[in-house]
Amino acid sequence: MKYWRFWFAEQRGTLMALSIFVVMFVIYASNHPAGFTANMVQTASNKGVLLAFVAMAQSLVVITSGIDLSVGMVFILTNCVASWLVVGSPIHVTFGIIVVLFVGALCGAINGLVVIYGRLQPIVATIATGAIYYGIALALRPFPGGTVNETIADALTGKLFNFIPASLVALLAIVLAVWVPFSRSVTGRAAYAVGSSEPAAYMSGVPIKRAKFFAYTLSGLLAGVGGLFLTFFTYTGEAAYASGNAYTLFSIASVVLGGVSLMGGRGSAIGAIFGALAFRTIGDLLFVFDFDPLWQPLFQGVVLFLAVSLSAFGLLRVRNRLDWFV
Amino acid sequence: MNAVTARLPGFLRRLDPAVTTAFACIVLLLFLGSLYSRNFLSPEYLLQQLKVASFLGIIATGMMLVILLGQIDLSVPWVVTVGAMMSCAVAGFGHTGAILAIPFGIFCGVLIGLVNGFAVAYLRIPSMIITLATNAVAQGLMVVYTGGFSPQDSASPAMRYLATGFIIPSIPNSVLCWAVIGVAAVFLMTRTGFGRSIYGIGNRERAAYLSGINTQRVVLTVFGISGGLAAFGGVLLAGYASKAAQSMGDAYLLPAIAAVVLGGTSILGGRGNYLGTVAGVMLITLLQSILTVMQIPEYGRQIVYGVVIISMLLLYGREKLLR
Repeated sequence: MKYWRFWFAEQRGTLMALSIFVVMFVIYASNHPAGFTANMVQTASNKGVLLAFVAMAQSLVVITSGIDLSVGMVFILTNCVASWLVVGSPIHVTFGIIVVLFVGALCGAINGLVVIYGRLQPIVATIATGAIYYGIALALRPFPGGTVNETIADALTGKLFNFIPASLVALLAIVLAVWVPFSRSVTGRAAYAVGSSEPAAYMSGVPIKRAKFFAYTLSGLLAGVGGLFLTFFTYTGEAAYASGNAYTLFSIASVVLGGVSLMGGRGSAIGAIFGALAFRTIGDLLFVFDFDPLWQPLFQGVVLFLAVSLSAFGLLRVRNRLDWFV
Repeated sequence: MNAVTARLPGFLRRLDPAVTTAFACIVLLLFLGSLYSRNFLSPEYLLQQLKVASFLGIIATGMMLVILLGQIDLSVPWVVTVGAMMSCAVAGFGHTGAILAIPFGIFCGVLIGLVNGFAVAYLRIPSMIITLATNAVAQGLMVVYTGGFSPQDSASPAMRYLATGFIIPSIPNSVLCWAVIGVAAVFLMTRTGFGRSIYGIGNRERAAYLSGINTQRVVLTVFGISGGLAAFGGVLLAGYASKAAQSMGDAYLLPAIAAVVLGGTSILGGRGNYLGTVAGVMLITLLQSILTVMQIPEYGRQIVYGVVIISMLLLYGREKLLR
């Protein structure tokens, strides 16, 4: 009984995000003109998983109490790389995918090295590295273009057994391959410890540098997976500055919706995924209610505003006024 | 190192190494530029750069105050745009509109800033996320208002005069605006109790609260000021281009943060002086201008921009080693 309560307390943010998502998705699906069909779920999940990958990437860094403002640019850069390399024969495609994922991980590793050994604040360091990654993306794709192997693209964005969206399966596979081992390893626990209190983690002999380095590198890798999927959806590569920025901002919003504390040390990538799916569903709600698309940014903004304001209710639990000031 | 600094005269010893490095980099940039073309040292070019820098400078002033608190204001892009669009909208209403245009634009910015400040100070929401949300709301409002297109209203004559005219011959008015705001900011930061409490809160809000400072009101006010200054920057930009445009503020968020941080202000708050911000603003404006003049393609500019920021921060922006 006791353990169950601890588990519940730890997962509260994730469960909250899950319930928001379920409620929103039920509203969305029940009002969708096409109804709750396999095609509708496929389209919705294809839109959602892109942000889910980027939000996962963001959550890994946020757990170590850092922030990655270059995550959207890594996403764009890997999209541009994929539009050059993931073409041709199966061997070429495999090689291309490996290179794309490597580029993503490399970008993350560079962020990690600058933050760990350069001892710079993550917020400014990743603004600067983000500019560099965007520059490289623009050099690769001055104009939108390129192609991708359509067989694999269609396989990964279509439906399995005519029913299950393949992109959701891919998301699940990535969670099982990256997040589950990471969060259960010593390094993963160390990442949480660093996020809670870096001096305390240091004093306890926790491998701080390794934890941060892995968090940043895996974050880059996940953003790279996102970029790869973007290429599968759009069949092209485009160095779109606005889109990169939007993904960075949306990833922060999703992480917060998903119950990951921006102070670090609390939350999980699973929460961030549900946060991202909820955020996307909310954004698309207006379409099913047949509103003017002009109102979409305002609606999304107001929902985001209200969602983050909800966290103010935590103040009611504070007994000592000094605890307001962290 | 200490032995060297101890022998320097007093005024040199007091200089912040960050500010000195930033100014040294400005001189270096100008020198490298002058090797490329003599025009880089001409007064016309330098004044033109100062004029371009003044918009960023005004916006960065507000950003600096917020960063000194240990917070951040990510709502700058659309507050700039709101300031520009609202002032242009009011300017369309005849004579009274022309008079009210500038105050109304600033007023809208202050309002958004106060919402940010209220959420940060009283609801204790992290500034990074709430300013993101107000930015999204401001964007949504402007998209609904304009219908997604650039609005047709144009700037009032006063706005144009403020951005492009000359009261003193050969010194653009926008530079004067920046100078006035800069002097006011320095006075506020160094000569008033309010300014000292900004630094106090940035160092440790808990301690500032226990020393009897109404920290919540200070945070609220600073966010209000930041919003007002961002909107004023937008008003001037609208005057400069003689109308407002969608996403005209996007190009000002990251440079404003970069300018403040390059000027030696700690992103954690509590440390930094205004001279550094001035240096950071000039450095970034010059860097952008020189890269443009040298006809380096956009991707090269982005890469150089990122590399310069990282390497300058590595020179003096590093944190203490954890021991």
